[in-house]
Amino acid sequence: MRIYADNGATTQMSQSAINAMIPYLGEIYGNPSSLHSVGQRANEALTDARERVAKCLGAKPSEITFTGGGSEADNQAIISAAYFGARKGKKHIISTAFEHHAVLHTLKKLEKEGFSVTLLDVHENGIVTPEQVAEAITDDTALVTIMYANNEIGSIQPIKEIGAVCREKGVIFHTDAVQAAGHVHIDVVDQNIDMLSLAGHKFHGPKGVGALYCKRGIPLTNIIEGGAQERGKRGGTENIAAIMGMAQALEDACAAIDEYQARLIPLRDKLIAGLEEIPHSILNGDRTHRLPGNVNFCFEGIEGESMLLLLDDKGICASSGSACTSGSLDPSHVLLAIGRVHDIAHGSLRLTIGDDITEEEIDYIIKSVKEVVEYLRNMSPFWRDLESGKRKHII
Amino acid sequence: MALYSEKVMDHFRNPRNVGIIENADGIGEVGNPVCGDIMKIYLKIDDDIITDVKFETFGCGSAIASSSMATEMIKGRSVSEALELTNKAVAEALDGLPAHKLHCSVLAEEAIKLALKDYYDKNGIEYDKEMFAGIGEDDEIVEHSII
Repeated sequence: MRIYADNGATTQMSQSAINAMIPYLGEIYGNPSSLHSVGQRANEALTDARERVAKCLGAKPSEITFTGGGSEADNQAIISAAYFGARKGKKHIISTAFEHHAVLHTLKKLEKEGFSVTLLDVHENGIVTPEQVAEAITDDTALVTIMYANNEIGSIQPIKEIGAVCREKGVIFHTDAVQAAGHVHIDVVDQNIDMLSLAGHKFHGPKGVGALYCKRGIPLTNIIEGGAQERGKRGGTENIAAIMGMAQALEDACAAIDEYQARLIPLRDKLIAGLEEIPHSILNGDRTHRLPGNVNFCFEGIEGESMLLLLDDKGICASSGSACTSGSLDPSHVLLAIGRVHDIAHGSLRLTIGDDITEEEIDYIIKSVKEVVEYLRNMSPFWRDLESGKRKHII
Repeated sequence: MALYSEKVMDHFRNPRNVGIIENADGIGEVGNPVCGDIMKIYLKIDDDIITDVKFETFGCGSAIASSSMATEMIKGRSVSEALELTNKAVAEALDGLPAHKLHCSVLAEEAIKLALKDYYDKNGIEYDKEMFAGIGEDDEIVEHSII
């Protein structure tokens, strides 16, 4: 048995996305910038893909820039908005403590260039409020960048309301929607979003391709200098096959979102309920404002990496925010940001299920996690100390 | 290539000598929950020979495998032989550990040394304090204020 429960890391490509790519890996090999007919066939595909991606987001085709992935889109969005603000003397950026590193590291870079950054607290449920954003905005604020949904704990932010606050104050609002696109309904106009990043491989499309939505009127700064591709805002011959695969996957996902959510959310909640039966465990991230496939727990007294290895032996692919899985000394900054202390953040488990999962597989995951947690606790001196009262239980 | 060698995975999946020894002759514990690993070694020593050894470990795959391997390497050995066990020997016996996991083998060596020190202390056996200098010193428990 093999249950892939790490869709937050990446997803398996759909056959539909693969099929959409194949012609562009073979017969339609032209460069879209070429004037001849071979090139123009590729250019037609590019135009088509741009229209389809725009439609999925409620944007105009001219507002979509294809990138080499979600991280690049995040980098470009933030740097563009920051430099645009700086031209008007605005050098303050608001974000949150639990963003993806594509955002946090870009902000660090901008801090070195003289920008100031405010990272908002995300509370224990992993949600930042529009009121916090409103309070943090100053006359110097150039950009608010807040992720749509968190990649580790799945909490979904009140995007429309945050966007409204930004709109009212005249501040650009970017959202990293890498985990959200294709999983929840997005409409950039209705939700007051000025800039949005997404990545193809998070919704059954290919890797190495992403898109940046940038509202008309906000000038983009190049991350990659080069030719006139993407209206001169992203140099390099377009990866047409990947772009076509992503457009197809996004279109498929967006068309089926209601059924996807209706099927997956009850299974997610069943998995949560099952894992909550484990004593001294805690769900990370808001219970309802949550990605349809995301389940994230901390289990006291054990360490995440050994949990992952044992689950892998049982055929379950998962991930963890423990330090040992990241190669650093600190556990996940996301778990620390929601107030989980190191002791329990090391014992975290993320299961991100896809809609091909069955009820029996959910039962099997619950049974397996229970066994693994019990097994590891039985050999853990930390657990013994907790049970004997030598240390106090935190959760 | 997989993260761990087959030896590491074998000792992780089928750890030898897991458990505790009641009334152990020596107990050594290193690490803390904040860092994400704790190792505890229990020794039974008769006539200077380690006749039984058990461990408990909270930590990653290589921490569990290092404890398991280290206990195998000292079982049946004399106290002075066990004192000579190095983290390098543990890592080599496991066919190597990834660079950022080498500290797991260090913890195993230190836990054993502390257990042997505990044995010396309990039995009033004189020893050179230098032998145990620095061991476990970085591992003081950081108390959290939890509300």
